[in-house]
Amino acid sequence: MRGDKKQAIKPDLDFFSALSSLPSPEADKPEEKNLADELLTVAVPEESVAEKNDTVPFVPATEEVFAGTDEETTIFEELNESAEKKHKFGRFAAMNRNRITNRIVIGIFFVIVLITAILALLPIVLTILNSFMSSAEIRNHYSAIYESLSGYTGDKSRFVANPELRFIPDMVSVDQYATLLFKTPNYLLKFWNSVFLVVPIVVGQMAVGSLAAFAFARYRKKWFEIIFFSYIILMLMPHQVTLVPNLFIADSLGILDSWWAIILPGIFSTFSVFLLSKYMRQIPTSYIEAAKLDGAGEWHIFWSICLPMCKSALYAMSILLFIDYWNMVEQPLLMLKNTDLYPMSVFLSQINQKELGVAFAASTIFMIPPLLMFFNGEEYLIEGISRSGIK
Amino acid sequence: MTVPETETANNNGGSMVRINNKKRFKKLREALAFAKYLVPSFLGVSLFFFGPMVQIAVNSFQKSPTNPEFVGLRNYENVLSNAAFLQAGENTLMFSLFAVPLAVVLSLILALLLNSKMPGKSVFRSMLLNPMMVPVASIVLIWQVLFSFTGSINTYLGYFGIDKIDWMKSDLSRIVIILLFLWKTLGYNMVLFLAALNNVPPELIDTSKIDGAGSTRRFFSISLVYLYPTIFFVGIMSLISSFKIFREVYLLTGDYPYSSLYMLQHFMNNKFRQLDYQALCSSAIVMALVMILIVGILFLAEFKLGKEVEE
Repeated sequence: MRGDKKQAIKPDLDFFSALSSLPSPEADKPEEKNLADELLTVAVPEESVAEKNDTVPFVPATEEVFAGTDEETTIFEELNESAEKKHKFGRFAAMNRNRITNRIVIGIFFVIVLITAILALLPIVLTILNSFMSSAEIRNHYSAIYESLSGYTGDKSRFVANPELRFIPDMVSVDQYATLLFKTPNYLLKFWNSVFLVVPIVVGQMAVGSLAAFAFARYRKKWFEIIFFSYIILMLMPHQVTLVPNLFIADSLGILDSWWAIILPGIFSTFSVFLLSKYMRQIPTSYIEAAKLDGAGEWHIFWSICLPMCKSALYAMSILLFIDYWNMVEQPLLMLKNTDLYPMSVFLSQINQKELGVAFAASTIFMIPPLLMFFNGEEYLIEGISRSGIK
Repeated sequence: MTVPETETANNNGGSMVRINNKKRFKKLREALAFAKYLVPSFLGVSLFFFGPMVQIAVNSFQKSPTNPEFVGLRNYENVLSNAAFLQAGENTLMFSLFAVPLAVVLSLILALLLNSKMPGKSVFRSMLLNPMMVPVASIVLIWQVLFSFTGSINTYLGYFGIDKIDWMKSDLSRIVIILLFLWKTLGYNMVLFLAALNNVPPELIDTSKIDGAGSTRRFFSISLVYLYPTIFFVGIMSLISSFKIFREVYLLTGDYPYSSLYMLQHFMNNKFRQLDYQALCSSAIVMALVMILIVGILFLAEFKLGKEVEE
């Protein structure tokens, strides 16, 4: 973390002792308030204000301790950075020069990231905005696109030949939503299909997976390690491989062409086991030893220590699983013959081609549940993802 | 009983057998205590994955599901000489070969940019992570609007006097799919890298600054060393998601895409529809072996690099 790096330079023994008494590396949340303060004077003041409001769940105590010394340490760092130039330009010239080039470079970085971020959000925003156009407007504007796609038959002469992207509706209307929600219950049915498929998978896999992850995290002997390794291999296997065994077993159990053929393999998928156990191994053993001394059984350790301490991992894991299965395409295509049972993820592409007029609203409705989960638990999600990547 | 005690007892030799038995019994009980937690998962995984996998491996050497005559490697020969399978395998591998390194490098660059003294860091982080949470099916529509023959990109290109490009029905379709893949995965990878960058010990960087190392040098000789495990992890995760690219392709182009987008999953679906179980079994085994090979190489590379780093 940049903030701490700076302070550590200051030849003050207190700093090093303070640094070594940091609670844990995880406490170093990406928080750069003091740097942002410094940057308030740079080329892009509007955005830096956003940074100020932007508080991360737990601010490390060090942040406050060091805040006061920011000014000197900044200068100190820049002196060091320009060490090679110092003898050429003299002390102050080098300092100014360096500071200015630094800011220009950060300005360029900022623009690059800004453009990427806008591009990342563009499709989402476009979909939502277009969902408020009337069906007629959508058809006029976009049907030309579907000429070139397969199987489109319709009157082509009336449509815009070279469509540009369209952000603002001519007239805001909830036409599409009305059609979807009240006139054609079929779409909503598919939405509920998705829900009934995904929720049992996520709940089931979290339950089964966290138990297994606990076993792998607490007991690391030969056989367990072998099983764990085979789980990892299984996790790495693409659907193209794992769906074939699923298909065969579903066939012999007689559950092919029903939701169980998707739900049951989903519950026992090993993705969550791997990440959760990686996470549980990071729990300091002192907690577990202390509980054991108090006479706690393994179940107690699992239920009252492991699970609460893995809260963010559990949440992140459920979000990842949810979005993965909410997106599923391979399984229904292979397991279900009856298209009435299809989840919305598969069905949407058909809506796109046949009923362009309501497609944007259908897309928007479909992205609402995962987006809600995201905004609800973004901090947990980021923490969970972050810690999964660190050994 | 603590461990050192047993050890001394063993050395004495007298009551060794009894203590060994006791030890073994205790070990077994401990293992059973944890096995309880593993049972539901292990039963399920065995029933739905490992068990049928064995069945498939056996099937792949037989003539047909109804006729269990041993035919040696004939099914494999059939699959490996099948033009559709080879095409699908090549497409899938080519896609991963380009998409995974791009996903790793670009997200690392994004993380580094964001990690400089950037204002609005966490706002950007959410903005970039957002696409991960958007279902592909919801976004496919926009991709079609952008990239179909009469789509918006071609309209805009037309303003510069560039002829229409048939994005989805030429080899450029790979680029379209890679863009969609990157759009989805960059945010997740970037969060992983940001976390890893925070874990680089600040003292090391300071020392090198005092020694006069420039920022490029600092990155390559210090940060990158600490990033190796994360690069590996991100690579593996991107590899997993790159094999799911069938979703995007299917939603964009349906059952019969342009030939450079014909993926292995298309092949599997077709074989299933044709009830060609032998091809299904042997191709699944082939893919599993290839997958194990790739992952094995990656693990080996990581292991070697990790050793170098320690030295």
